Amino acid sequence: MTTKQIKGVLGEKLGMTQVFDESGKVVPVTVLKAGPAVVTRVRTPETDGYSAIQLGYGHINPRKVNKPLGDYLRKHNLTPRRHYVEVRTSDASEYTVGQEITADVFQPGEKVDVTGKTKGKGYAGVMKRHGFGGLGASHGTQRKHRSPGSIGGCATPGRVFKGMRMAGRMGNVRRTVQNLTVHSVDAEKGLLLVKGAVPGPNGGLVLVRTAVKGGK
Amino acid sequence: MHTAIQELEKAQLRSDVPDFRPGDTLNVHVRVTEGNRTRIQVFKGVVIRRQGSGIRETFTVRKISYAVGVERTFPVHSPVIEKIEVVSRGRVRRAKLYYLRNLRGKAARIRERR
Repeated sequence: MTTKQIKGVLGEKLGMTQVFDESGKVVPVTVLKAGPAVVTRVRTPETDGYSAIQLGYGHINPRKVNKPLGDYLRKHNLTPRRHYVEVRTSDASEYTVGQEITADVFQPGEKVDVTGKTKGKGYAGVMKRHGFGGLGASHGTQRKHRSPGSIGGCATPGRVFKGMRMAGRMGNVRRTVQNLTVHSVDAEKGLLLVKGAVPGPNGGLVLVRTAVKGGK
Repeated sequence: MHTAIQELEKAQLRSDVPDFRPGDTLNVHVRVTEGNRTRIQVFKGVVIRRQGSGIRETFTVRKISYAVGVERTFPVHSPVIEKIEVVSRGRVRRAKLYYLRNLRGKAARIRERR
């Protein structure tokens, strides 16, 4: 499927701040604590039908790991991790199980995609959820200022079309922001400064991968 | 805020920023890059606002240039600023001097603070 070599690292969103670039301009950045993530499994086309690496990140009490996973980890001398993700990459065979991946796999200026779980907004109305304009603030509008207005015709079609945008649960879903620029990398502290915003709350798990679009 | 971010911001703070307030007149020496040459340009005017804190702190300087009011906002800790000179200290009674925008000439003067 994928022919591109995708580098990936798991980490945590620490928060946003601003830094000055070489020309003195202010750059809004998200600070990510990237890694150390561990390669816990290598998927190859021969054994699994596809090529990918599995990464583990975070600390967990070994007592909470179930038997099948625990036995696998013991066999490969790995410590249990809180989170596991797979990263599809064509060069999976170049990784070895137990290998540590840190922030310095990325260089400043590189484009990355960042995946995270967005903040949950609960049951949100159409103005917040879909950006509807709402109804008038005055001119006789009564108790309907934030409502969607019409949701369709009357006797024709006599129903509401499927997929009609309405109020409902918003957020708390996995989202990827594509083509963010890596502003700088602090290998010592394991920090990754990415230009722009990243989904999720501070302290939330993020997956940083090489951008799928653009490049070669 | 996470300590890593605090450290990151602290490392960028400048220690050579003089103490100044709204109402003060400043000479802001700004580095201007034209092509591959850089030179220093001085922007002289009255501080009409200073807001924010830490690395996000900014100030706005207003001057009258060829009868047109010009305002420039700088981050206090911006590396673009070569240096800041305090020319005079003004006595004002509010933190945001937006009323100066509606005044011209003699009325826009600010009394000096001793």
